[in-house]
Amino acid sequence: MARKPRIKVPKKAKAGDIILIKTLYSHKMETGLRKDKKTGKIIPRMIINSFACKFDGKEVFSATLYPAIAANPYFAFFAKATKSGTFDFAWTDDAGKKVSAQAKIAVS
Amino acid sequence: MSVFMKTKAALDRRQVLRAVGFGAIALAGSSLAGNQALATPEAASKYLMKLIGGKAAKAGKITLKLPEIAENGATVPITVIVDSPMTDGDHVKFVHIVSEGNPNPEVVTFNLSASMGKAEVRTRMRLGKTQNVRAVAVMSDGSIYGASKKVKVTIGGCGG
Amino acid sequence: MTYVKHLKRVAGFMGLGLLLAACAPTEDMDSSLKSGYFYATSGTQAMQDEDIDNPAFIWVDIGEEMWSKVEGEAGKSCASCHGGDASSLKGVSVSYPKFNKDDGKLRALQDQINAERTERMKAKPWKWEGDQMLGMTAYIKLQSRGMPVNVAIDGKAAPFYEKGKAFFNQRRGGLNMSCKNCHVDYPGKYIRANLLSNGLPNGFPTYRLKWQKVGSLHRRFRGCNKNVRAQPYKQGSDEYTNLELYISSRANGVASEAPAVRM
Repeated sequence: MARKPRIKVPKKAKAGDIILIKTLYSHKMETGLRKDKKTGKIIPRMIINSFACKFDGKEVFSATLYPAIAANPYFAFFAKATKSGTFDFAWTDDAGKKVSAQAKIAVS
Repeated sequence: MSVFMKTKAALDRRQVLRAVGFGAIALAGSSLAGNQALATPEAASKYLMKLIGGKAAKAGKITLKLPEIAENGATVPITVIVDSPMTDGDHVKFVHIVSEGNPNPEVVTFNLSASMGKAEVRTRMRLGKTQNVRAVAVMSDGSIYGASKKVKVTIGGCGG
Repeated sequence: MTYVKHLKRVAGFMGLGLLLAACAPTEDMDSSLKSGYFYATSGTQAMQDEDIDNPAFIWVDIGEEMWSKVEGEAGKSCASCHGGDASSLKGVSVSYPKFNKDDGKLRALQDQINAERTERMKAKPWKWEGDQMLGMTAYIKLQSRGMPVNVAIDGKAAPFYEKGKAFFNQRRGGLNMSCKNCHVDYPGKYIRANLLSNGLPNGFPTYRLKWQKVGSLHRRFRGCNKNVRAQPYKQGSDEYTNLELYISSRANGVASEAPAVRM
């Protein structure tokens, strides 16, 4: 959970534009189905189970993830540019740990 | 299945499997624990029932983009596009992606809102074997649409 | 069944129709060799086309972080000598592996990084396949992205090149196959559902969908050797560094893509 999330949000947009947002988060997404080759024991599940994007505090898009989401979870989605403000992104793992990141946008 | 199975009379089978990297049961690059029962279309339907009740999903409105053949089952790009004006009065609320052949049917649930302007989401999923992948969209008026696509997954991956 | 008959049957299944008579190594330099990018599906190519889509950049970020990190008794970071970011190293990685006159050895980029760390920074060397080394090689090689691979194979590099070439052409392992058998004889054909490329290293370190992380070229060699039931060598071994020089020479003129996305 230590890595900085990678985000791509346009810095500027015109009101009414539908912008593309991309996010990539470093995480193994351990499924809980794999066995340790040396000990034979199950490697416990530890995944990012939730991702949320808010704009000025209001949710735009979120997702509930399961182990079938590939490692280094990636989401690309759209948002309607209405006014200047801040996008807030949050990733939460099975242990409840949350990592967040922000990106500002100037809307004219 | 390893092509070398047919020559097992000459080669020790376990050694061959080890050499070709546990090909037959590789999932996300390592071995499944024991004899994992994989999901079935029925399990997928049961899971969807829990999410959306008994309502049947109508065809249409969903474009589900998945490769015909996955380059590698560990990372398969998927795009879901739902034809919707995405206004406050008429938008997509949820999209559920469900697997018919993974150990578990649930893949991801997207929660959408009118502030997206466009109902399109892209992500990457894991596929343990050749199977159908389903997408179900729940609209703000309660209507439900569904789509399904078959993805071929080859077990392979030369080079460790 | 005799061993020879058995191998012929295996070769038949794999669709390669290998001749078991010894083949003399054939001339290798072919300027029309294509990057592995062109053997990938459009979905995999798309993952590489934009940096935000490319999971290898998680490791580039690690490299960038390590660049400014002070480590070792000399109290230095990479930035202390090389400047605020790695742009000063543009054009450097495409000439690796290269002969080093101080120790008379062929050095891969990883060897050079560790030499800097141990000799100048008085810091501990990094493990070849650890995230720091993967990150730093990804970050440094990124600086040369788009530039043609340009390794020297003459002069002092010649003996290492010849050893690498011999390794490439030598059959090994229980399946008695050489690198050449797949990557020179059958690029564009399939082996066990995998599409064979020319085996060029211009994308390494690479994010492999299979590994779900970035990995080094020598890691890839180990996997290939294991697949033909040959004893693999260690990352950083002379054998693999020589081989790296040889296959890099096959990529001379091809644009560096590191860090790439491959299956």
